[in-house]
Order: sequence, then structure tokens, then C-alpha cells
Amino acid sequence: MSVEFDRKIHLTLADANLQLAVYTATGRLKEKRKEVTAADVLPEYQDLRSQANALKKHTIDNLDHYLEEFERNVQARGGHVVYCKDATEVSDFVLDLAKKRGSKLIVKSKSMTTEEVDLNERLEHHGLEAVETDLGEYILQLAHEKPYHIVAPALHKTRYDVADIFTKELKIERETVPEKLTMIARAVLREKFLKADIGISGANFLIADSGAVTIVENEGNARLTTSTPKIHITVAGIEKLIPRAQDLAVFLKLLARSATGQLLSVYTSFLAGPRRAGEVDGPEEFYVVLVDNGRTKLLPDRGKRQSLYCIRCGACLNTCPVYRKIGGHSFPWVYSGPIGAIITPQFMGPTHEPALPFASSLCGACGEVCPVKIDIPKVLLELRSDVKKAETREKQNRLEKLAFRIFAWVMTRPRVYEMAGRIAASMAPASDGKWLRNVPPPMNMGPVKAWLNDRDLPPSPSKSFRQMWRSR
Amino acid sequence: MRNQVSLFVTCMVDQLFPKVGIAMADVLERLGYRVDFPEAQTCCGQPAFNSGYRSEAREVARHFLRTFEKSETIVVPSGSCTAMVAHHYADLFQKEPETLAKVHELEKKIYEFSTFLTDVAGVEDVGARLEEVVTFHDGCHALRELGIQSAPRRLLARVRGLELREMQPAEECCGFGGTFAVKFSELSGAMARTKLEAIVGTGAKAVVSLDPSCLMQIQGAISRAGLNVRTMHLAEVLASR
Repeated sequence: MSVEFDRKIHLTLADANLQLAVYTATGRLKEKRKEVTAADVLPEYQDLRSQANALKKHTIDNLDHYLEEFERNVQARGGHVVYCKDATEVSDFVLDLAKKRGSKLIVKSKSMTTEEVDLNERLEHHGLEAVETDLGEYILQLAHEKPYHIVAPALHKTRYDVADIFTKELKIERETVPEKLTMIARAVLREKFLKADIGISGANFLIADSGAVTIVENEGNARLTTSTPKIHITVAGIEKLIPRAQDLAVFLKLLARSATGQLLSVYTSFLAGPRRAGEVDGPEEFYVVLVDNGRTKLLPDRGKRQSLYCIRCGACLNTCPVYRKIGGHSFPWVYSGPIGAIITPQFMGPTHEPALPFASSLCGACGEVCPVKIDIPKVLLELRSDVKKAETREKQNRLEKLAFRIFAWVMTRPRVYEMAGRIAASMAPASDGKWLRNVPPPMNMGPVKAWLNDRDLPPSPSKSFRQMWRSR
Repeated sequence: MRNQVSLFVTCMVDQLFPKVGIAMADVLERLGYRVDFPEAQTCCGQPAFNSGYRSEAREVARHFLRTFEKSETIVVPSGSCTAMVAHHYADLFQKEPETLAKVHELEKKIYEFSTFLTDVAGVEDVGARLEEVVTFHDGCHALRELGIQSAPRRLLARVRGLELREMQPAEECCGFGGTFAVKFSELSGAMARTKLEAIVGTGAKAVVSLDPSCLMQIQGAISRAGLNVRTMHLAEVLASR
């Protein structure tokens, strides 16, 4: 495990206020999801999951076909499709366009893909002002932080934290009432919307048969971002494709329910090309930037490519007992929680944070709530195997490898196993059935020591089961 | 006389909690089963599999297949070890059709203890008596990989003198997770303490589960916190009279 990963986990666990904020907020989302997906409320829920899985599988298996269809249909509506292989290509495209059009101010609605490619930082570096307009994202932009959660980016901030940030960054009098804080942000953001030259959004779905972009949101900021400025750019991962508009009948029933426990989000917007003759609003130029940034690396692997089915609902984060303890910022990349644990090693390479797939008790709660039925625990197990194969090849972590070689050798030799068990038992300190707070050397090391940091150790019984069985 | 069943007691019960295995054998024998214990048994291989060491896990799985080749029915006092055999062995032998066929045979004859009682033996009342207020912890693999939720509760409901108080939430992980418990010990310990809060909230004096590993984690944390709650495997509850 990297020192950084270990340190962040430790600091988050030690912060009682943060623990409470994250546990409460995720708990609320978790319970709301449970209510609206219950069998008596949505009897077809499990069927919808199977259909969503089948649709995503079909799309990813035929991604080349649907990318081309989408591109043709966007062009037919007067829009442009731009393919970008990495973060640099995305920012280069935006910077180039901004330069050509003389643009200075960009408004953005929530997009994990732009977070993934550090777009704001790159634009700011070149003197452009990019303003986040989703309230949570705006709070974090003022606080100079990355999203804590893929759906609720400022989930870890209490209203008092937000009050502190607004007071400091907007130089206003301290205000702690959430509604008033929202109105303060709204006033600032309205000005930005009216002045912005370019609007950048993400996408929840890219519809191949209609060349349209679907965005779901609750605040209306995505609608303003995509309709007010003269130029619109959608930035989306290539896996956001779905074949047909009618497939939304499946996905829209699942997305808001899984994400926030809503039946539908407040706004569902469809963007299909620039403003046409006779229309009163909409951008004059319309671009869809399709981002690879590691995604195509997953395509050859039949087992793990299901990781691309994700619709970024965040349900796996809210239900994950690990995420709920270590929070979003402990994770090594912008994607946190169980989905982050499976896509980070695949997008960024397994050495990015080798311990990440191991930071799970494999409880399976993530797979149970995933609306597109990604078998996250299974992918985690495969990634663990990948890490160990790479370590064995590179001759790293040799002590652990040796330990498991010995494990396999002992466990396939019942007599050795029994003898090893009795030797270990004879070394254990005497105990009248009480659990042990400490053990003497040489046993108080490695895994035993780690166990004893937080828990007592069971006493060793005087006889093993097989000894008891024989004398029965 | 009912049929023969073979015990796979798991390495953890064999080495650390032998009374759980004895209790399971007692319950099965009282129901009229002839019980045997294939002595060559060791471990299912899950520690290696979950740690990413698949070839080592495969060796241990092969040993398991040989050991239980002749058994007609296998009963296990652990949802997690049952799930390893019934769900993950197939992943290990995808490239070996002959072994895979044996794995599929094995999947059909291995049962977690509580579901064996309710689904195969067809009993819910095993004649047990225990004056105790208990709460039940769902082991993650029993619940999510094997879909076991009602069987243990139905069995507990028929124990004379016993009161079951559900904790909220019963289905959240205790934080054990095999080597996770020592690789991320601080995090694992924090998860265990959250579990303890749910347990203490019920006022129960005992926590019951199907998995010795969950119980080791929970009891380890209870003992460290100095709480007056004990842990019991379901087999120990059902063997009480």
C-alpha cells in the first residue's frame, strides 16, 4: 500500500465530524434508494436491471458500430463529434476553440469526465475562467477540492463548512441557512450564465439512433449551461452510448432511483444539435467530445469490460461500508467507492495504487445495488489476481508469495496441516477461555499484530475439532 | 435412519472453534443423519483466492475435490466457505473441462448448515431450547452469494425460550473480509465497531451468525470494547437444550 493511501484512510477514520457527515449522508441516500426499488413499489426492478445489463453489454460489445451511428446522427443535426484519446487532447480542443472564438468565460455543469481529465485546471492554466454551476461542484471549486462522491460532490461538507467557504471566498457576511447559501450562489452564477461564451456539460447518455445527448439533473444549471452560451461542448466517455432513444425507458427508471432515491430527476434534458431556424434558444455551435482516456484498454477483456457498463449513479458508494468509512478523498483518483476501485486500475494501470482492489471486505453490497448489474466483487477479485501476477513477474512482495506457497503446500498435506496447527496452538499463551489482548514474541508480529491493533484474539482450544472427533 | 452426510468443518472451526463443529454434528445426528468426517480435509482455499493467488487456491481446491469425491452430501458451518466452493471453484477451473464437470457435481451436493436443515432435512424445529435474547448477523457471502436470509431466522424462531431482536442494519458487513482484516486493520476495526453499535442497540445478550469468521471479528471487537455480549454460531444455539 502506498504511504499516501494509508495516510488518507487513517486521517479520515480519525476525523469524527467527517465520519458523521459521510455516514449520515450516504445512509440517507442508501435508505431512499431502498424505498423506491422495493418489490412492492417497483415490481419490475430486477427485470429492469437485467434489461439494462443486456443493453449495456450489447452496446459495449458493438461499440464501434454505435460510435459511428452516433457520429453520423450528430452531424446530420448540424453538430460535430470530436474524438479525444486523453486529457491533453480534450483540453487542447477546448483551448483551441476558445482561442479561435475569442472566448474568456466558460460555464460548466457537473461532469465527472471533465474532472477525470483535469479540464478546469488546464483551462485556468491558460487564462480561461471556468465556473462550475452545480451547487456542490461550485462549493468544491471555491474550496479547491475534487469531488468527494460521483453524484453528490460536496457530500462531506456540512452547512457550516459551506458557510466558512462562502465567507472566505466570496467575501460575504457569514450565513449558515442552506436556502440562503443557495440564493447567494445562485446570484453569482446567474451573472456567469449571462456572460459566458462557452457552456461545457457532461452526459448521462449518448443516444446513437438520434444523435442526442441526455442529461439528468436537479438544479436546472445544466439546462442553462447548455442553452445560454453561443457554443456548447458536451464532454463524455465513449461508454455513455446507448443504442436507441427508447432504451431510456429502462435507464431513466433506474438512474435517479439508484442515485438519489428519486423516481425521476427534476430535469431530463435532450440536446440534439445547435439552434435551428425559428428556435428561440440554444447554442449556435454544438460539439460532442468523446473521450477514451483508457476506456478502450478494457475492451479486449471479456471478464472485466463490464466495468464500462457503469451509469455513474453512485449507489455502490452509498452502500459500501468501506466508502462510508474512508470517504471519497482517500481514493487515489476522482472515481471513488467500489466503481472507482475497479475502473481506476484499469484506466490508469494496475501499479497506480496496487492496494486499491484489496481495500474491500468483498461484502458484495455494491454488486447487489448496481442498476446495470456489474459484478463488482468478481472484477475486484480478477484485479487482485492481476496485481499478484504482476508482482510475481516483477519479483515484488516475495514474502507474501512465499507465505501463500507454504499455505498451498500445507493445505494439500493433511498430516502436515494437523501438525502445524498443533505447533501453533502449543505456542499460544495459556488462557482460561478468555480472548487475548496481547501475545508474547515471536507471535506478536505481522498479521497477528495487525489484528491485535483493533481486536482481541481467540484463545487456542486445547483440542482441534479432529482431535475431539476422534475421541468422540 | 436418514442418509449419510459428510462434514466440512472448515479450517477455522477445526483449529479455533471446534465446539461449533461438534454442535453441528450433534444437531445432524439428533435428526437421524449418519455423520462422517473425511479426515483429509483442510481448507477450501479462499484465503489464497481472495488474496489474488489463484494458482495456490487451485491446488487447495483440487485437494478439496479429491477429499470429498465420495461424499454424497456435504454440510458446512460457514456461508463463506460454502460460497467459495459453490461459486468460485468454477472460476478457477474454466480451462479444465474435466475438473469443471467435477466442480459442477460438487456444487449440487454442498450445503451451508442452516439451508441444509430447512431445505434438505425439511425441519425448522430441531428441539432446541435456549433462554436468551439474541440478534442475528447476516454474513455477507451467505446473504449475497448464497441468498440465505430466512432459513436461520426460521430455525431461530423455533428455539424455545429464545427471543430474536433484529439489529439495524443486520446485513452490513462486520469488516472481516479475510486478509482485509489485517491488511487494512484500522479500517476493518472501524467497521467492526459500527457493527457493535447495531448489536448493542438491540439489547441482545448474544450475536448469532452462520460464519465463524464474522463471529471471530465481532467477538474480537466485543472483547476489546469490554462489552457483556457473547457470540454463538447457529449450530451452538440449535444444539442447546
